[in-house]
Formats: sequence, C-alpha cells, structure tokens
Amino acid sequence: MGTLDLSIIDWSRAQFAVTALYHWLSVPLTLSLGFIMAVMETLYYRTGNEEWKRMTKFWMHLFAANFVLGIAGGIILEFQFGTNWSNYSWLVGDIFGAPLAIEGIMAFFLESTFFVVMIFGWNKTSKGFHLVSTWLTWVGATLSALWILVANAWMQYPTGTFFNIDTVRNEMTSFSAVLFSPVAMSKFFHTVTSSWIVGAAFVIGVSSWYLLKKRNIEFSHKSILIASVFGLAGILLTIFTGDSSAYQVAQKQPMKLAAMEGLYHGKNGTSLIAFGVLNPEKKVYNDSIPPFLFKMSIPDGLSWLAYHHLHAFVPGVQDLLDGSYLLTMANGEQIKPLTTDEKLTFGRMSHQAMIDYRLAKKDKNDSLMSVNRAIFDATSPYFGYGYVKTKTQLVPNVPLTFYAFHFMVIFGGFFLLFFALLLYFRRKIQNMKWLLWLGIFSIPLAYLTSFSGWIVAEVGRQPWAIQDLLPTFAAVSNVPVSSIKTTLTIFVLIYTVFFITIVGVMTREIRKGPESIK
Amino acid sequence: MDYAFFQAYWWFLVSLLGALLVFLFFVQGGQTLLYTIGKTEQERTMLVNSLGRKWDITFTTLVTFGGAAFASFPLFYATSFGGAYWPWMLLLVCFVLQAVSYEWRTKAGNIFGHKMFETFLFINGFGGLILFGIAVGTFFTGSDFTVNKGDLTQLAMPVISTWHTPWHGLEAVLNVRNLLLGFSIFFLARVLGSLYFINNIADDMIVKRSRKQVLRDAIAFLVMFLPFLVWTFFSQGFAVQPDSGVVFLEKGKYFFNFIQMPLVGLLFLVGVVSLLYGIFLGAFSKSSTKGIWFAGIGSVLAVLTLLLNIGYNNTSFYPSIYDLQSSLTIFNSSSSFFTLKVMSVVSLLIPFVLAYIVYVWRVMDKKQIDKAEMDEDNVKY
Repeated sequence: MGTLDLSIIDWSRAQFAVTALYHWLSVPLTLSLGFIMAVMETLYYRTGNEEWKRMTKFWMHLFAANFVLGIAGGIILEFQFGTNWSNYSWLVGDIFGAPLAIEGIMAFFLESTFFVVMIFGWNKTSKGFHLVSTWLTWVGATLSALWILVANAWMQYPTGTFFNIDTVRNEMTSFSAVLFSPVAMSKFFHTVTSSWIVGAAFVIGVSSWYLLKKRNIEFSHKSILIASVFGLAGILLTIFTGDSSAYQVAQKQPMKLAAMEGLYHGKNGTSLIAFGVLNPEKKVYNDSIPPFLFKMSIPDGLSWLAYHHLHAFVPGVQDLLDGSYLLTMANGEQIKPLTTDEKLTFGRMSHQAMIDYRLAKKDKNDSLMSVNRAIFDATSPYFGYGYVKTKTQLVPNVPLTFYAFHFMVIFGGFFLLFFALLLYFRRKIQNMKWLLWLGIFSIPLAYLTSFSGWIVAEVGRQPWAIQDLLPTFAAVSNVPVSSIKTTLTIFVLIYTVFFITIVGVMTREIRKGPESIK
Repeated sequence: MDYAFFQAYWWFLVSLLGALLVFLFFVQGGQTLLYTIGKTEQERTMLVNSLGRKWDITFTTLVTFGGAAFASFPLFYATSFGGAYWPWMLLLVCFVLQAVSYEWRTKAGNIFGHKMFETFLFINGFGGLILFGIAVGTFFTGSDFTVNKGDLTQLAMPVISTWHTPWHGLEAVLNVRNLLLGFSIFFLARVLGSLYFINNIADDMIVKRSRKQVLRDAIAFLVMFLPFLVWTFFSQGFAVQPDSGVVFLEKGKYFFNFIQMPLVGLLFLVGVVSLLYGIFLGAFSKSSTKGIWFAGIGSVLAVLTLLLNIGYNNTSFYPSIYDLQSSLTIFNSSSSFFTLKVMSVVSLLIPFVLAYIVYVWRVMDKKQIDKAEMDEDNVKY
C-alpha cells in the first residue's frame, strides 16, 4: 500500500492550474466575440449592408483562430480528472461526470458542427441558415459553459447527493438540485457575463488601434459602439451576479470569504476592505501579528455583502477554526454553525464508521452494520475532515486570494467607468488619444481581471476539491511525480508554441484589417 | 427497466461512440496520407481542406466518448486514466497538437511555417491512432491494476486504484496483440481516409492515387487485424460468474460470446462484409465514390459489436491480469441507477444531434472540393 508522495498533490495542482489557465485564454473571448459577431451578422441580414458582412467576417477570422486554442486546452482538462485525479473521479464521478457527458452531447456537437458552417458556409448555404449557424455556435459555447460551471459549482457546494457507504462513493439524489443550485446559477451568470467584458475590451482595443492609426474609421466607431453597449451590459450584470456570488460564498464557504478579505477576527458590523496591503510577516492564522500594513475600508460593508444585514457577524479565519459564533441571517434569525473541532470529530467518526461497517459486512454482522451505517450517514457530510491533520491545512493562501479578489473588484469598477465613458464620448474619442491607448491596454486588463476571478474561486476554496467531502490531498491519482513533471513540461512547451503562434496570427490579421476581407 | 438494463444501455452508448469514433478516424488516417496522395502544394491544400471540414466532429466525438465513459463508468475512468497514465496522456498530446493545426497552418502570421503544423497532423494521425488501438487492446489483454475501495480510509495512501507497473501503461506497447490492434486501427483509418478523399474531392489524380492507397492499406490492415482477431477469439477471455461476480479465465470466451449472442455475432459479420465491400468499391471500381459509406458502416458495426462482446454476456470489459477480482465489468464500475436514468433521458437528444450533423454534412458536401474552389480567394485552411 505504501505512502502517498505528497508532492504529487502540488504537481497535479500545478498541472491543472497551468492547463486551465491556457484554456481560459480562449474561452472568455469565444463566449463574447461569438455574440458580438452574431449581432453584426444579424444587422447584415436585416439591412443587406455589405459593410456589416465585412465586419462580421473580420471578427470571425479572429474568433476562429482563438476558438481552436480553446478546443486544444479543453480536452486536457476533461481527461485530467481521470489521469491526475482518479480518486476524485471515482468518489464523485456519479455526480460530476453527468454534466460533462451532457456538455458533450448538448453543447460540443452544436458548437463544432455549426462552427464549420459559420466559417466555410458563406457561399454554400442561405443567408438565413448561415446566420442561424453563427448564433448556434455561440449558443453551443454558452451551453458548454453552463454545464462545466454546474459541475464546478457542485464542487464548491455539493448538493443533491448522499454518500453511499456500500458503494463507497457519493451518489446523485436530485439532478435538479445539482443543476439549479444557487451557487451554480450565480457562477454561470457571473462567469459568462464577466466574459463579455473580455470580448468587448478586445473589440474596443483593436478598434482603438485603428483609430490611433487613422484607418478603418467607420468600422472602428461601429465596432466600439456595439462592444461598449455589450461591455456595459456585461459589467452591470457582472456586478449584480458578483453580489449574489459573494452572498453564496458567505453562506457556503465562509473560509473563502475570510481569505478574500484578509479577515482573521470577525465582529458584528464588519467593514469591507476597499484597498489594503497585507502584512507579509503574518505567517500563521493565530499569531498576534496584525494582518494589514495599511487598509482603507467601508464600514459595515462586508456584513451587508455577506449577510445583507449591516450588523451581521462575519467570521474571520480564527473564528472559523478556533471559535464558536452566532450568524445573523438576512431575516434577523441567528444560527450557530458547527465549529471546526466538531467537524473534525465528525470526519474521523465517519471514517471509523466506514471501516467498521466494512468489517461488519465481511463478518455478516447485520446489527453492527446498521449501527455503523447510522453513524456514517449522520457524519458523512464532513467525511473530508477525516483526512485533515492540522487546522492550518484548512486555510487557503490568504494573500493570493485577497489580492486577486481586490484586483478583480477594482478593475471591475474601472470597466464600468470605461464603457460608460466610451458611450458618453461616442465619436469624440477619435481625438482622445489617452482614451484610445487606454482602450488598447484594456485588453490585457480584461484578461487579468478574468483570471483573478478564477484565482479567487479556486485558490480560495483550498484545501477542498469537494467542499467538506474531499480535500485535494485525498483526490489525486498515485502517479510518479516525475511523470507529472514531464507531462507538465510537455504541455508548457506546446502551449508556449501555441501562444506565440496565436499572437502572431492575430497580430497579422489585425494589421491586414477588415479591408483585406472580400 | 431495472439497473442492469441501464448499465447495458450505457455500455451500448459508450460502445457506439467508440465505434463512431473509429469511423471518424478517417480524418487522422487522411492526415497521414497528405504527402502520399498529395504530390503538389495545391493537392495537399485540397486534402487538408477536405479533412478540415470534418476534423472537429472527430475531436468532439472523442471528448464526448470520454465524458460518457466518465459519467456512466466512473470506476473505469478513474482506474484506466489514472493508472495507464502515459498512453492516455500521449494520446491527448497528439490531439492537442491537431486542434490548432488546420486553422493556423497557412495563416500569414504563423511564424513556425506550415510544415510544422503538417507534422503535427501526422503525429496526431500516427501516434493518436496507434495509442488508441493499444489502449483498447488492453480491454482484451488485461492490465496490471488493483482496486480496493477500502483504501479510501487509509490516510497515508487513500488512492483506491493502484497500477502495479512503474511504466504506468507504457508496458502495453510490449504486448504484441495490443500492437496488432494499434496498427489495425491505424491502417483502417488510412483506408477510410482514402475512401473519404475519393468521395469528397473532385480531382482525377487524387482519386487515382487514393484508389491505389486503399488497396495497399487494406492489405496492411488485414495482415494486422486477422491475427489479432483469431488470437483473441481462441485465447483466454475474462469471464464472470453471473451469481458471485467472480472473474475467471475462459478459453475462447470472445468467440463464444458471438455464438451465444447471435445477433451481435451476425452484425459483426455484416460489418466485416460491408467493410470489405467498401474497400472493394474504393480499390477496384472505376467510378464509385460510395466506398466510404459501406466501409464506414462496416467499421461502425464491427467495432460496436466487438465492444458489446466484451461488455455483455458476463464478460469483464477492463480486466486486471494482476488481480483477476479487481477486473471491471459494466456492473461493478457503473454509475448509480439514478444517475444512469437521468442521463438516459438526456441521451434521447442523440438522434437529434446525429440528424443535424448529417444534415449539415450534406449541405456542406453537396459540391465536391475542387481546384477552382481552392483558387477562389475564399476562407480556406
């Protein structure tokens, strides 16, 4: 049996993070540019104006170059659950696998079939069928996002499931609970609408460059107008869905919320950090070193954000690990959550109950089986705590989560202002060089903001692969570290070649400009 | 409809996806023939563009095959992918290389040049197919793994599936029977690739060379596949006692499965005949372009029935030669009754998916690819 080499976990996580990051270079642009060019093609369909067709085709070329990068990254992510997270695959495959299979049947075929018509079908199909194909490509991409985010949300908030002691795995009890879980809905709308910002920034950035070069003036103004309206809608919806996401995090993953805010000691009426610099000397959650070197905060802000109640108690890291506290809900009701010590005890009890149950089953001892089954059923929601040795394992990387969260929020605010300014100045922006330059820089900023959102979501939930049920250190495959390092190196090399190529391809297409489209 | 029905139904669906995938590997087979059939840059452009309208359907079928296997047989997914790490990972690398190659190959800003992406397409065609065939070969020949669910509560080593060779799947390459299947899939895909070119491209030279190539690859395919088939039929198979679930070795198991499931056996024969007829049309007919359909339907039937053979009739579809009792069957590795039922409702969408794929395929292929189309300054790969 042996002992699991713990560096397997770090390398498996590194491989997943790197491949996910590369995948996410492509996805937000697919989700957003797909919509923008479908709108343009609709305008072409309705007006018959060839200029709209040219615009559609130009953005479609860039869309296609980007789309295939997403396909290349996506396949690895799917199979990696098996190759590097085999225990995870068995333990939750009964729930997690379903959305992945449905994603394939419902979304991927739609995307890939109509993508071909969209790219090659201009002269082979009717105008109407082509337009429908462009929309269906976008619908397919968005449906794919729905299913994978349902799966991801289930990892953060495992609902509609029970742990079957006989089959030694979690099994689905309600598909609708998994699909319509509040976390899934917030996550889907937040991720998709925030991706719109990336596409909007991309279109605005490219068009700004044309305006700076004093070429394709009409094309650029029209593109910026459509992208700004889309971007503004995107950021407003992102803020709205971000608020509900934060509310869900407070209820379901209070440790993540504490890390997002660098909060160690909570109180009634906790303030929200608007801007802060963490103290790098703070190493352990329960030392006496103050967590901040500097901070600016909004009084009672976090209490409102987390519980929609100005005087609500928001637990910090230390409260969650060492204390007991009362939570005030939006309706004023107070509840007392389980302490970490209680959860750790339940986790160990569930492990022991499973061991004893299996022994009793072997001995055909029915009464002992039913006793242990009862203990297991009562404690198995905390099964993952049975793997936890020290409480510090339960604290995610606070600085990374904190800075990523604040970067995301601050630049979310920037994009609200940015899109509004573009819509306010309209054609005047042509002479506002600083705004056009800002337009170009908004492309990397939009990506970084989108990445930081994922860092908050995924780093903030550590150590859990499945919240409370399975920590990452019990989810892996037992593959030699050298093998994982080698495959990671292969992926980094390939993706670097890809990255260089796509930057080259896109730059050349943009330089050639829409005037090259026939 | 009980639990066993849904387990069998999902094995059928996964097998069907696998069978469709093997047919759609004509894209990969075609990719390995770019320089054999295409002698000029323009001919190669026609070949690439012909395959380029289909590659993503093959890719999507592979991804859905993986997703369906994960959802319906998660213990297989965990054990095989997490254990035979190397062949699966290398297979994925081959497909990652393919995903971008069509789109970026001839783009002006591609600083690496078109040759590199053509090499990627060859790697995908050669490596991807051989590795896939070897991996599927282990379904017949077995692997070195154990499954012990009790390990979940072993804090120092909670991983339940353990692979017992340090090569993590690469050892399968040394098994001759796996290699035979690997090369069978490779040559079959090349046959299908040539037949597809005959059907899809209007160019005399390409069609002429493709017809020659069909025959060459068909011979190579038969040289690889017949020994695999005979060896598999008459060697020991992994049988399961229906009442106790105990796995044991039984000589001629896979042959008798076809006899004991006559419909499956018959369909296998129909598949083989249809495949051979497709090859005949491709290699010897002067004008027929229909070879791909006969060979395609034949391959789907043959692969489907071979996979049904190892899943049904008390057989282990993913056997362990290290510990027979760790072998996986459709009953001990499937998802729960509830999940299989939910997904079965979703599977009712499959006919619609197939229908729109066929419709789009017909619309896009109404006119064969020719030189004139390539010369038009239109969108092309």
